[in-house]
Amino acid sequence: MSVQIWTYLFVALSFSLYIGIAIWSRAGSTKEFYVAGGGVPPLANGMATAADWMSAASFISMAGLISFLGRDGTFYLMGWTGGYVLLALLLAPYLRKFGKFTVPDFIGDRYYSQTARLIAVFCAISVSFVYVCGQMQGAGIVFSRFLEVDFTTGVLIGMAIVFFYAVLGGMKGITYTQVAQYCVLIFAFMVPAIFISIMMTDQPIPQIGFGSELTEAYGGGYLLDRLDGLSEQLGFATYTEGQRSTQDVFFITAALMFGTAGLPHVIIRFFTVPNVRDARKSAGYALVFIAILYTTAPAVAAFARTNLINTVSNAEYEMVPEWFSKWENTGLITFDDKNNDGIIQYVGDPATNELNVNRDIMVLANPEIAELPNWVVALVVAGALAAALSTAAGLLLVISTSVAHDMMKRTFMPNISEKQELAYARISIFVAVLISGYYGINAPAYVAQVVAFAFGLAAASFFPAIVLGIFQKRMNKEGAIAGMIVGFTFTAAYIIYFKIINPAADTADNWLFGISPEGIGSLGTVANLLVALAVAKFTPEPPAEVQEIVENIRLPGEAIPR
Amino acid sequence: MSDSSANSYWKANIRLVLSLLFVWFFISFGCGILFVDALDTIRFGGFKLGFWIAQQGSIFVFVALIIIYIRAMDKLDDKYNLDSSSEKDSAASQESSK
Repeated sequence: MSVQIWTYLFVALSFSLYIGIAIWSRAGSTKEFYVAGGGVPPLANGMATAADWMSAASFISMAGLISFLGRDGTFYLMGWTGGYVLLALLLAPYLRKFGKFTVPDFIGDRYYSQTARLIAVFCAISVSFVYVCGQMQGAGIVFSRFLEVDFTTGVLIGMAIVFFYAVLGGMKGITYTQVAQYCVLIFAFMVPAIFISIMMTDQPIPQIGFGSELTEAYGGGYLLDRLDGLSEQLGFATYTEGQRSTQDVFFITAALMFGTAGLPHVIIRFFTVPNVRDARKSAGYALVFIAILYTTAPAVAAFARTNLINTVSNAEYEMVPEWFSKWENTGLITFDDKNNDGIIQYVGDPATNELNVNRDIMVLANPEIAELPNWVVALVVAGALAAALSTAAGLLLVISTSVAHDMMKRTFMPNISEKQELAYARISIFVAVLISGYYGINAPAYVAQVVAFAFGLAAASFFPAIVLGIFQKRMNKEGAIAGMIVGFTFTAAYIIYFKIINPAADTADNWLFGISPEGIGSLGTVANLLVALAVAKFTPEPPAEVQEIVENIRLPGEAIPR
Repeated sequence: MSDSSANSYWKANIRLVLSLLFVWFFISFGCGILFVDALDTIRFGGFKLGFWIAQQGSIFVFVALIIIYIRAMDKLDDKYNLDSSSEKDSAASQESSK
C-alpha cells in the first residue's frame, strides 16, 4: 500500500476514535465542561496533561530545530521539562486545594479584585491565542504534505475536528480524547525513532543509540563524533558545541521553564483530579510521559541530521529520492543549483549553499529519509495531528472558560443560569476556533517560534502572581496587579519591537543584556516579581479572610479551624 | 489541626521544596548551561558529559526530583494526619452548589 492510503487509513481511524470518545463523554454541567467533574484519575490526568502539553511544536518542530541548533537546542529540552518541576513543587498542589475552575478564578479571589481577574483573563486569552495559532499552523503543514490538500483546507479540517469534540465534551471530552491522543502520538514518535536507532546503531533504545557507535553501513565511529566531523567538513557549526552566548541560552531556558509553569491550559489540568495528593501524583506521571518523548527527541535530531547530510550532500539532483521532490512541491525544501553542476552542494557557507530545508519538516521527513516502511510514515502523520489537535483543544477550552466563566459569570453577568453559562462557553469556543484558524492560515514564523512567545508572556504574567499568591501571604492586590501589568507589557513590547516593528534590529548587539526576544520572558518574570514585592510593601496588607484562604490552600485535606 | 502544627508542616514543606529546587537549578542551569564546556572534557561512551546532561541527563533528574517530592510529601501528610484523599473535593463542590 502507498503512503497516501496508509495515511488516510490511520488518520481516519484515529479521528473516529476521538469523535467516538467525544460522543461518549458529553458534558452536561459547567463543572463537567470546565474541569471534567473533578474526578479524573491521576494516571489518566498525567497522560492528558502530557498530550495537552506536547504540541505540534514538541512533536513536529522540536527535534528538527535541535537538529539545526545542535547543543543550543538544549533550551527547548530543559526549558519545556524543567518547568514541570516548578509546576509540581510550587503550583499544582496548592491550586488544586484552592479548587476552582480557572487561573483567573485564583487570581481574582486571591487578590480580591475584579481588576486582577480581568487582567488575568486578558493574559490567559492572549497567551492561548498565540499558542493555538501555532497548533493550527502545524496541523496545516501536515495535511498539506500528506493528504495533499492545500494548506488552508488542511487548517479548516483541523478546525472542524477540534471544534466538534471541544464543543461537545468540554473538558471531559477533551481529557479522554487527550488520553487517546497521547497513546497515538507517543507510539508514532517512538516507532520511527526505534527503527532508525536500530538501523544506524544496532541499538533499539534511541536514548542509548544517541551515544553509540554507527554500524558498518554508516561508516562506524560514534554517532556524535561522526556528526561533528560531517558538520565541520561542510562548514556548519560543530553539533555538540554551543553557538549562542551562554547568557542567552540561560535566559531562554528560564523563560521556557517559567512559562511552562504559568501556562493556563496546563494549570487547569490539575483542577480535574479528585484531591491534592492526586494533583502531585499526576504532575509526576505527566513529566514521566513527557520525558519519554523529550529524551528521544535529541536522539532523533542527531539521527535525522546525519541521515539528511548523508543522503543529500553531493547527491545528483536527478537521483534524489521521491520524498525530496514532494517536499519541494510544498516549498519547504528548496534547491537552487547555483553552479549548474546538477549536484546538491549542502554547505554552511550561504554563498555556495544550494539547499534550504525548513526545520519543521525534519521529524515528518525523517522516516522517509531513512526509507522506513510506508505505514511508519503514515503513523507519524497521525501522531503529529494528535499532538496539534490535543493541544489546540486544551487551549480553546481556556479561552472559552475565560470568556464564559471569568468574564460572564464572575464579572459582568453573575445572574446567568448554569445552562446559559454553558451555552456561552460553547459559543466562545466556536468563535475562538474561527479566529485561531484565520491566524493559523496567516501566521508568520516557525511553529516552535510562535509558541516560544506564548511562553514568554505566560512567564511574565502568571507565574510570579500565582507563586507570590501562595508563598507570600502579605502579597496584596496592588502589588499583584502592578506586577502583572509591568511583566506582560515589558515582555510583549520587547517581542513586538524586535519581531514586528523593527525585525532588522533583531541581532545580539541590540538586545538588552544580550537576551533574545525568545528569552526576554525571564526578565519580564523578574520585573513582575520585583515590582509586585515593592508595591506591596507600601500598600495595605490583604484583608484577614484572604490571608485565611492562603493558610488554607497551604494545607492539603480539611480546612484549619477558624 | 492546630496553628503551630500547621506552621511546622509548612516549614518542613518549604525546606523540602527549597532543597529540591537547589538540585534542579544546579543540574539544569549549572551543569547544563554554565559549566557545560568544562564538563564536556569528560567523556563516556559516545557522549561528552556536559552535552549529555544538557540534552538528556537533566530530564532524568527532573523526573527523579518530582518522584522524590511526591513520596516525601505523602509521608509528611501522613505524619501530620493530612490525608487529602479521604476528603473529596470540598472546595469545588461548595463552588458548584453555590
